[in-house]
Formats: sequence, structure tokens, C-alpha cells
Amino acid sequence: MSVTLEDVHYIAKLARLSLTEQEATQAQQDLNKILSYMDELNQIDTSSVEPLEHVFDFETRLRPDTPEAPVPHEDALRNAPDADSDYFRVPKVIE
Amino acid sequence: MIPSFLSDRKALLEGTTTLLALVQRSLDAIDATNDEVNALIDVYREESLSEAKRIQAKVDKGEAGPLAGAIFSIKDLFAHKNHRLQSASKILDTFTSVYDATVVERILAADGLILGRANQDEFGMGSSNEYSVYGPCKHPEDYQRVPGGSSGGSAASIAAGYCNLSLGSDTGGSVRQPAAFCGIVGLKPSYGRISRYGLAAYASSLDTVGCFGATVEDVAACIEVIAGQDVHDMTTLSTEVPSYLQELQDRDSTTKSLRFGINPSWFSEGLDPEIKHQIEWILDGLKEQGHEVKEIAMPAQSASLSTYYILATAEASSNLARYDGIHAGYRSAQSEGAKLEDVYTLSRSEGFGPEVKRRILLGTYVLSKGYYDAYYGKAQKVRRLIQREYEEAFQQVDAMILPTTPTTAFKAGEKVDDPLSMYLNDIYTLAANLSGITAMSVPIGRHSNGMPIGIQIQTPVSDELGCFQVGTLIENLSSKEKQ
Repeated sequence: MSVTLEDVHYIAKLARLSLTEQEATQAQQDLNKILSYMDELNQIDTSSVEPLEHVFDFETRLRPDTPEAPVPHEDALRNAPDADSDYFRVPKVIE
Repeated sequence: MIPSFLSDRKALLEGTTTLLALVQRSLDAIDATNDEVNALIDVYREESLSEAKRIQAKVDKGEAGPLAGAIFSIKDLFAHKNHRLQSASKILDTFTSVYDATVVERILAADGLILGRANQDEFGMGSSNEYSVYGPCKHPEDYQRVPGGSSGGSAASIAAGYCNLSLGSDTGGSVRQPAAFCGIVGLKPSYGRISRYGLAAYASSLDTVGCFGATVEDVAACIEVIAGQDVHDMTTLSTEVPSYLQELQDRDSTTKSLRFGINPSWFSEGLDPEIKHQIEWILDGLKEQGHEVKEIAMPAQSASLSTYYILATAEASSNLARYDGIHAGYRSAQSEGAKLEDVYTLSRSEGFGPEVKRRILLGTYVLSKGYYDAYYGKAQKVRRLIQREYEEAFQQVDAMILPTTPTTAFKAGEKVDDPLSMYLNDIYTLAANLSGITAMSVPIGRHSNGMPIGIQIQTPVSDELGCFQVGTLIENLSSKEKQ
């Protein structure tokens, strides 16, 4: 499998990244080099192996449902690039 | 001379030094070389001096907590209330934490002092601390070389004498590799041993909080305080945390015969011959002490690199989706009047550095339609094979012994433009993260190029004590050689 420039632009769009033509060409080269190295995995027989999603099985732990003080409203907004006293501000999304 | 937490603590409790004097020693060392080394990107001077007075008062009353005397740097990935957290990335420009990470909370409650914020590779992605918005961190002993990464600033801040303990994170070797490069001890605990609450996420199924110190006992003393279950992190293990220091001292006199495993392929091509020789010397020493060393073939291990970089980048592409220019941190200056979609794209494109973008792209690719099964699904299966090999190995031996890195600290700029050769530096450390087991790097002498060499010890899940025990054995062997 080889990554085309079109593929690079497609995945960049999915990842909400914009790349210059030069960056896209570089990314294409890097990805192809890395992915061709990764093709070694195809030599390993995993036909009877279940995928591992977590390193251990976690027990579902319950805790008492006691309220704790949440992060204050103003603290939650403190790091926003743009906010008013109540909300994060975004550009108008409805035409 | 690298400062040791427990030596400093002893002097503090005996009254032969004060915490103020220890902080001043740190500040003097920082003033002398940090401009060049760039290990610390924030130094809390005033706060450290007032904290030193407060903790000293407790010492004087005999009420000092277990970390009194500890002077920490913390990697730029930990939430520390009212202090900056930037993940060494422009995308978190101006971000200030609004709460404490569980580990930070536990350190402060135990009278540890946090002196500053340490440099790192952006979001923990890198093996040389060259991918940082703050500029590269340099090796304290040779400014032409890298300190390792991603927790390079953490390791360098101890090796340069700025502090006596440091917190890092280890997703694929980011604590062990810089520890080896800088000649100090670095522990990656078992997955889930230490809470990740308040740690900026890179790859959540692999991320662990690790600790650096001058000696194995220094690290054990820190882990004893910060490990253990946390209601804020449902992946934390409920296994009891032993009193490591006490156990280490109790076991000293009655060390039983241990069984060590080596995987022969770890010692073949690609390993620096002097590192190989030094590890063999340690293995011989262990045999002379009556311990057993046996070979265990672990063929799936050789696929660690591919497996890791598929899974880690996939998880990263998802975790880093939260940086959108809306909720926190950097928003592109070109966003004014732009559409919402473009605010995301502009802010992310300007905010992330080249390696982070590379990993987001790779991660997005391996998760995308048509490639998911071939890459992500396949890697999850190989991950199980790698973990299974460890489970089988630990039925036969108490610990595995291997190199931490294939070479000693390399020159800055050498690998920065070749991602694959940078990734290959992690070849010995990745499998521990994939398997969730405990692993630690301990310094064992020097290469003829003058740089430190590290040996890696791996023990089963939750067996940090075993890892510390072997670590002290090896420290003793290694110091005998020096004499």
C-alpha cells in the first residue's frame, strides 16, 4: 500500500490540518517510509489472536455518589481564547 | 555531583542543612547553566523560597512529610494549579492549570517542593527533546548532544544539579531513555500504578507517570508517595502500594537467589558493542553472586516498533482532537471573521509542531476507512502476542535484563529530520508500554565517548518492588567496578 498525495490531503482534512504543497509532499514521503517499515507486521500470523484493547481487564469500580465541588465556571472559561461571562465564543455558525 | 533526595533529606532531618540552603543550591546551579542547558522552562523562585520556609518549620517541629527535602521539576504535561502547562506546544500558549494533577497533589501533601517546569518534546512525542516550542534541551555534560526524550528536561534537570527528583511521563520510553542518556535512574511503573489524572494525554492505553532520581532508593521513596488507586482515574490498579524503602532495607540481608532472563536477539545487531559489553559484565556479576541467567526467545518483540507507532499515533490523533482553538490555548490570529471549521484548521495547523502533525496524520491514516483492519486491528493483535511473551517469560524468571537504548546520547540534529531513525532509538523500551509491565533504567558506567550507559530491568505488572530490588543489586555491582 502506498500513500498518494490525495490521501495525504484527505487525512489532513479529517485531522483538521492544512498543509502546504511542500509539507504534503514531505508528509507523503515520511508516511510511505514509516508504513513500509510497518509492513513487517504482515509476516506475523495473528489468525487466532484476539485484539488487545486494554492491558488488563478493569473491574467496574463503584464509588459513593457524593457530590464534590466542580471546577468553578470562571475557571473553566479562564483559558478560552474568546469567552464572555458565561460561554465559549465561536464564530457565527448559522447563516 | 548529582544531588540525591535521600542524602539531602538525611542532612535536613539531622540539621546539617536547611531546606532554604538546598533551594539556594538549586537556584545557583540553575543560574550557572540553565540558560544553555534549557532543562527548566519556568523556575518558581519566590514560591520555592517561601515553601522552603514553610516546610522547614515543619521539619523543625518534627512534623515533616515523607517528601520533605525533595526538590522537584515536573514535566510540562502535568496540571499544577495556577501554574502554566503548555506540553511544550504553541497550541497551549498561555494555558494555566485550574486544578492539580493527582501526583502533584500527593507530592505537595507530602511536603515535596516543586521548583519548576521541565522542557520536553511537544506532547511527549520525541526521543531527543528537540521538538519543543521552548527550543531544544541540551545534554548537561555535552551541549552538542541531546539529553534524550521526551522527558529530556526532567532528566537533564537532575543531572545538572537543579533538583533531586523529577516527574516525567513514559509512553514508549520517555522516562527510561533520557535517564540512560543522562546517567540517572528512571522508572516507568506498571500501567495504572500511578494516576494519570491531570496528565496531558498522548496515547492513553500506553501513558504512564514516571519518576527520575539519582538512585533507585530515591525513586522508590517518591513512588511510595505518588502510587496507588485514584477515584479520578478508573484505570488505576487497586493493588496495595508497599512501603518500598522499608522492604528494600529488610530484604538487603536476605536477598534470595533470583532468576534473570535475556532475549538473545536484543543483543544482536544494532546495539553499540560497548553497551553490550557493559551489560554482559553486569550479568556475569549477577551470576557470580549466585543468581541465574537464562536465555528466553521472544520473537514477537521485534515487532514492537511497528505495533507501537500504529497504536500510539492512532490514540494521539484522537486525544489531540480536543485542541481546537475554542476551549483553551491558542487561536490563530487569522481566525477573525473566519468560519468555525477554519478556526479549527488554522489554529491546529499553526499550533502543532512538525512531529506532532506527523503523528496525527499517521494516526488518522491507520484509523481511516479501508486501512483500519490492516494497521490498527493488526497492531492490536500483535500487541497481545507481545504481552503474552512477557507473561510466559515471567513464569520462568523474576526479571528481564536488556539495554535501555541502542546507543549513548547522540548528537543534536542527527536524527531530527529522519523520523524512522528517531523512532528506532526506542526499540528496547516500547514493549514494556505495550505490555503494561514495570521497567526501569539504571546507570552502569560510561562509554569510551564519555557518555553514561543505562541498563533496563523489567518486572511483572505491579512488581515495582522487584524492579527496585534488582536495581539496587545492579547499582552495587556497578559501584564496585568504579572502585
